[in-house]
Amino acid sequence: MAALRISPPLVLIRPTRMVERNLLVYRRSFMVIFSGFFEPLFYLFSMGFGVGALVGSVQLGDGTSVSYAVFVAPALLASSAMNGAIYETSNNFFGKLKYAKIYDAVIATPMSLADVARGEILWALLRGSLYVLGFLAVIGVLGIGGLGLISSPMGLLAFPAAMVVGYGFAGAGMAATTFVRKWQDFDFLQLAIMPMFLFSGTFYPISAYPAALQVVVECTPLYRGVHLIRALTTGTPDVWIAIDVLYLLAMGTIGLAIVSKRLSKLLLA
Amino acid sequence: MGPPSEPPAALVRCTRAHGQYHPGVPANATPLDSLIYARGLTKRFGSFTAVDGVDFDVAPGEAFGFLGPNGAGKTSTMRMIGTVSPVSAGTLTVFGLEPAHDGARIRSRLGVVPQADTLDRDLSVLENLLIYGRYFDLSWGEARRRAVELLEFVQLTERSNDQVEPLSGGMKRRLVIARALINEPSLLLLDEPTTGLDPQARHLVWDRLYRLKQRGVTLCLTTHYMDEAEQLCDRLVVMDKARIVAEGSPRQLIERYVTREVLELRFRRDEGETDDSAHLVGQLEGLAERFEQLPDRTLVYTSDGEATAAAAFERGLRPTGVLVRRGSLEDVFLRLTGRSLVE
Ligand SMILES: Nc1ncnc2c1ncn2[C@@H]1O[C@H](COP(=O)(O)OP(=O)(O)OP(=O)(O)O)[C@@H](O)[C@H]1O
Ligand SMILES: [Mg+2]
Repeated sequence: MAALRISPPLVLIRPTRMVERNLLVYRRSFMVIFSGFFEPLFYLFSMGFGVGALVGSVQLGDGTSVSYAVFVAPALLASSAMNGAIYETSNNFFGKLKYAKIYDAVIATPMSLADVARGEILWALLRGSLYVLGFLAVIGVLGIGGLGLISSPMGLLAFPAAMVVGYGFAGAGMAATTFVRKWQDFDFLQLAIMPMFLFSGTFYPISAYPAALQVVVECTPLYRGVHLIRALTTGTPDVWIAIDVLYLLAMGTIGLAIVSKRLSKLLLA
Repeated sequence: MGPPSEPPAALVRCTRAHGQYHPGVPANATPLDSLIYARGLTKRFGSFTAVDGVDFDVAPGEAFGFLGPNGAGKTSTMRMIGTVSPVSAGTLTVFGLEPAHDGARIRSRLGVVPQADTLDRDLSVLENLLIYGRYFDLSWGEARRRAVELLEFVQLTERSNDQVEPLSGGMKRRLVIARALINEPSLLLLDEPTTGLDPQARHLVWDRLYRLKQRGVTLCLTTHYMDEAEQLCDRLVVMDKARIVAEGSPRQLIERYVTREVLELRFRRDEGETDDSAHLVGQLEGLAERFEQLPDRTLVYTSDGEATAAAAFERGLRPTGVLVRRGSLEDVFLRLTGRSLVE
């Protein structure tokens, strides 16, 4: 009998098969997913409120003064989106590619390598969105408590913005992973991620740096993500947020293109 | 099938001129008559040539086999047919389509049992089939209906909800075969479907493959087992060192390359005795058309084993063991690909 075909467009449908596959795997170990939820909250409490009590307020680029927790919360959100994307596209993707050899079976089906790449990015984003939503919910609740961590209605845009950050890092992370040969290589990835997390205007304004260094930091993707989300949650957008979005979307898209190329080299010998 | 016609211009263009001609390949076969059509098909890995300009056709409904020693290029050929390995040179069409342009369309009609089973270790037996159905764009309901039926077909129903890893080798192989059938393929590629299986498991797999063939599924398989080739294949090619060295039905190959019977003679060789094979063959000279000296026995290729054995006795030879058997595909294989391990 004829196969029951799902109507088009397959180019949009096929990537979701990878998400379905991952959901089948994780429905048995769903708690693992939640572990990533707490890290940014721990940072928020220790830095935002702990250190915040010592620091008092911080001046934003436009001169407005905000509490330290309000300053640091959007940066933690951006970092969380980055970490979620990187975690899924580094170790997890590498394990599936090199050890579990999941894709060796997938390539024998009508799925294309681009479907695989898009599907895994989509999965990384969906997983990341859980953390982002969780974090937003917590700071939203705290906001009701009078702390006002999101000081602008524009803050609602923080969610799609965090997804854009996740997309950028998922694409780049996945591309990097296709060049990895062994697990130890991921230490180098951490060597790039950790300083970005600490120095990208996350915990203090980059005006603390000499001018030349400021330019360097402004070129890093996490700085762009922090800038974008902070502008939205504090209601201080400038023209640079367009650059932020373009930068991150380009990073993700170029990453995806590299992934498709590399996968065909690795899997289609 | 329509009348023999010229291959489409696009195919002619990339067909390399190739000198070899295999007697069994119908001269007028075209990409449209054959499910698989290969001319001058070549696979290179860097400067190494794994498949060197092979020609073959697989007709609809046929069971076609690749026989050959390790490293002959069987898997490389199968991977090109499965469109997961780019063709380096020559022409290849599957279902009349070109892998480079219509890979997804070809794969949607193909079932693949790879040499190394690529099961999803993170999923259960049933889930492996379900998600595979999804990769082929089946609805969940349809995927489930087929999965249940296929697990029954390969006798794995009881293991439906088990993880894959603890399954025995034979069960995993059967699961891979079930998975390859989820899209109801018209062509099934099987790379060493029964390697490593015990006799019971092999017979079960053979039976299932035979039933598929009865239903009109075209089989294209590789194997190291001569009995498997004889059981399953209507036609086969012997590959050696990246080339096809013979083609035909098992019967034709035996007729062409070995005698009807083979006489096996064993002689006691005393401790420390030097190799006397030259001497032995000298004594056998003229008794048959061909001899072969193995470490433990002498093979005499003859049309009448009994008569040849009697003649050898008359010449005063006193073998400690005499065995007359029919010429087999194994004799063909060893004759064509040599006795020694080629690595
Ligand atoms: N990806 C690859 N890169 C380089 N060489 C390869 C690759 N795949 C196969 N080869 C080489 O090509 C040759 C043919 O290999 P292939 O796997 O096709 O042989 P085979 O006939 O399937 O052997 P076996 O019976 O052992 O499975 C071998 O020498 C092998 O080392
Ligand atoms: Mg092989």
